[in-house]
Amino acid sequence: MAGKSSEPMMVKGKRLDGRKTNEMRPMKLKVGVVPLAEGSAEFSMGKTKVIAAVYGPKEVHPRHMMIPDKALIRVKYDMLPFSTTDRIRPGPNRRSKEISKVMSSALEAAVYTEKYPATVIDIFVQITNANAGTRTAAINAASAALAHAGIEMRDLVCSVASGKADGTVMLDLFQPEDNFGEADLPVAIMPKSMGITLIQMDGDLTKKEFAESMKLVNEAMPVLYDLQKKALINGEASFEGGKIK
Amino acid sequence: MTLINYDFQKELISNGKREDGRGLNDYRDFSAEVGIIDNGNGSARVKFGNTEVIAGVKFSVGTPYPDSPDEGMFMVSMDLNPLSSPDYEPGPPKPAAIEISRVVDRAIRESKTLDFKDLSIVEGEAAWMCSIDIYPINADGNLYDAAVIAAYLALKDAKFPELDENNKPLHETRTKKGLKLHNIPMMVSFAKIGDSLIVDPTRREEKIMEDRIHIGTIDNGNICAMQKGGLKPLTNDELLEAVDTAIAKGKDLRKLLKKV
Amino acid sequence: MTEKLNVKDKELVVPGQVLAEGMSYIPSGKAIRDGEDVTATVMGRVSVKGHVVKVQPLNGGYSPRRNDMVIGQVTELAKFGWRIEIGQPNQADLPLRDASTSFIEQGSMRKYFTEGDYIFAGITDVGKYIRLSTKTRPHRKLGTGNIIEVNPSNVPRIIGRQGSMIKTIKDASGCNVVVGQNGYVWIQGEDLDKVLLVQKAIEMIDQDAQESGLTEKVEKMLKGGKK
Repeated sequence: MAGKSSEPMMVKGKRLDGRKTNEMRPMKLKVGVVPLAEGSAEFSMGKTKVIAAVYGPKEVHPRHMMIPDKALIRVKYDMLPFSTTDRIRPGPNRRSKEISKVMSSALEAAVYTEKYPATVIDIFVQITNANAGTRTAAINAASAALAHAGIEMRDLVCSVASGKADGTVMLDLFQPEDNFGEADLPVAIMPKSMGITLIQMDGDLTKKEFAESMKLVNEAMPVLYDLQKKALINGEASFEGGKIK
Repeated sequence: MTLINYDFQKELISNGKREDGRGLNDYRDFSAEVGIIDNGNGSARVKFGNTEVIAGVKFSVGTPYPDSPDEGMFMVSMDLNPLSSPDYEPGPPKPAAIEISRVVDRAIRESKTLDFKDLSIVEGEAAWMCSIDIYPINADGNLYDAAVIAAYLALKDAKFPELDENNKPLHETRTKKGLKLHNIPMMVSFAKIGDSLIVDPTRREEKIMEDRIHIGTIDNGNICAMQKGGLKPLTNDELLEAVDTAIAKGKDLRKLLKKV
Repeated sequence: MTEKLNVKDKELVVPGQVLAEGMSYIPSGKAIRDGEDVTATVMGRVSVKGHVVKVQPLNGGYSPRRNDMVIGQVTELAKFGWRIEIGQPNQADLPLRDASTSFIEQGSMRKYFTEGDYIFAGITDVGKYIRLSTKTRPHRKLGTGNIIEVNPSNVPRIIGRQGSMIKTIKDASGCNVVVGQNGYVWIQGEDLDKVLLVQKAIEMIDQDAQESGLTEKVEKMLKGGKK
């Protein structure tokens, strides 16, 4: 939401990368990319790329963080120094800590934590290339990695952002739309119950625009769900040109 | 927790065998990809068997050091991130991560593959700072050798961004100009188990090694970096033999790189 | 009320997937009843027998059960006995009194088991603590041999029907093999090449657990692999 661009974001009903307003970027999801982890996945959404790995359930260290009747879900979201246009310093910062926190709640909602009392499930996420939507990409990767690890879950968690650029409500913003747009609304959902497990928003939306944005996100769920399911079953899956392969 | 039977592994290696069927001086299968990170100025992903690392180059502009006003800056950082192995913990880099960063940095720097004068923009005022960051994706042993190759390939893949009139880099842009590399630095790492030295140890083998030695070489077979770790002493003969192997293996690996 | 089966036998499913609708279907394994549905809680393979819908996990750790025989590694000596790692989050306890039929003095614990030793033990309790016993079964302490890890849900395939697969492996290789229900497998033999070959064969079964003709493949591997 850095301010207006001199260029229009919509030309003849099409976005700068040729997509329609309700269209997601091409996606790829592959599980098992970190064989040493209990579960792992690599996900890309356009040029946004992420790797997630799950370790556990295992003994909790430090001990004081242990919860006697359920598992502790711990997420560490990290951007690699070369993943952004300007190199960023390695290590956690305020942004990554906040994202880690909201991600852990978004994912914990789907995990039967009570099946793993007094343990911790660690989820490590690394953004290898950032082009908007990193937290939503991270949630898709982490959900697939959790399922791949054999963790007992109520449902998969699927995530995508919608927002507004150039006055138009649109799905899955990429970098220029994110930079110059007017609103960003990342959402995570458990598709079976359509329960929302993450929502954040910044920018400016009317009530009507908000409802429209949510509609775009909701309508994207079947594709995100099918992609995750297919990747878990076949090892990998991709989405391009409106089709899952 | 990793299940290893120390005695059995030792017996295997003393009989010239390894668990995965390799000979003591055999590397695992190698593969590499470059140009995989859109926002990196250069990038590479390298695999030895199940060990995989990713490296990215970023250029920025800074003021040259006063003692080398006509040279640019160069830095290698590597972290042993907990995503890549159950052995690593979150938190600031531990001594093992700092050691590998520094050894990889030395191997690249001392190979003289980069002429730092090529990184100069305006003498005494502005020069490129070339940062390489290396991260393991799956740390199944011998990160040293994989890291050096990944760093080299990322450098080879790197292209400078354009500069504006104030010598500020325009990060969204990319020129066709890359770095001139004068050498292929190659690291060959050994684990000492019992009385044997083995190359390219897996994580399981590293768990039972008593000592390790990393030897970096350049195209002409000269040695450019060396590091010993571990508690057991090495003999002079062992070292000389390791150097011979490192030179020979370095040659083989350089041939593989030509195909990337 | 509709009664509907949404999956086929042997189909792969993901957590949360509705496998069957209606109260006449009975969940088993990692399937649960969720309202009137039967849903999977893990990624796994479905087996349908009549109205019983079972999900067997493809990945994931070992869930200990009483009377299981497991392989574990001694990690610690404590006042009560030994702490044993058996491949699941919380370690198991082997109390002094359950280690042997004869009385063990605290001071002589190391003569029995010490840190790093592998043992073959039975689970006697899975309450708040997991308790082990090495009283009743043979080869309690596993000597020099290789130890590998397989998916605990593939253990039945490695053992085979009434132990047929393990017998095939033992007969063809001359190696001694012990399989823990927790997925830890110990292989011992005079001939190191044979031990490695058995390791490869077991890893193959673990990889291709769902394929048919595994016994023949294993036999071929072990007999053909003369070096």
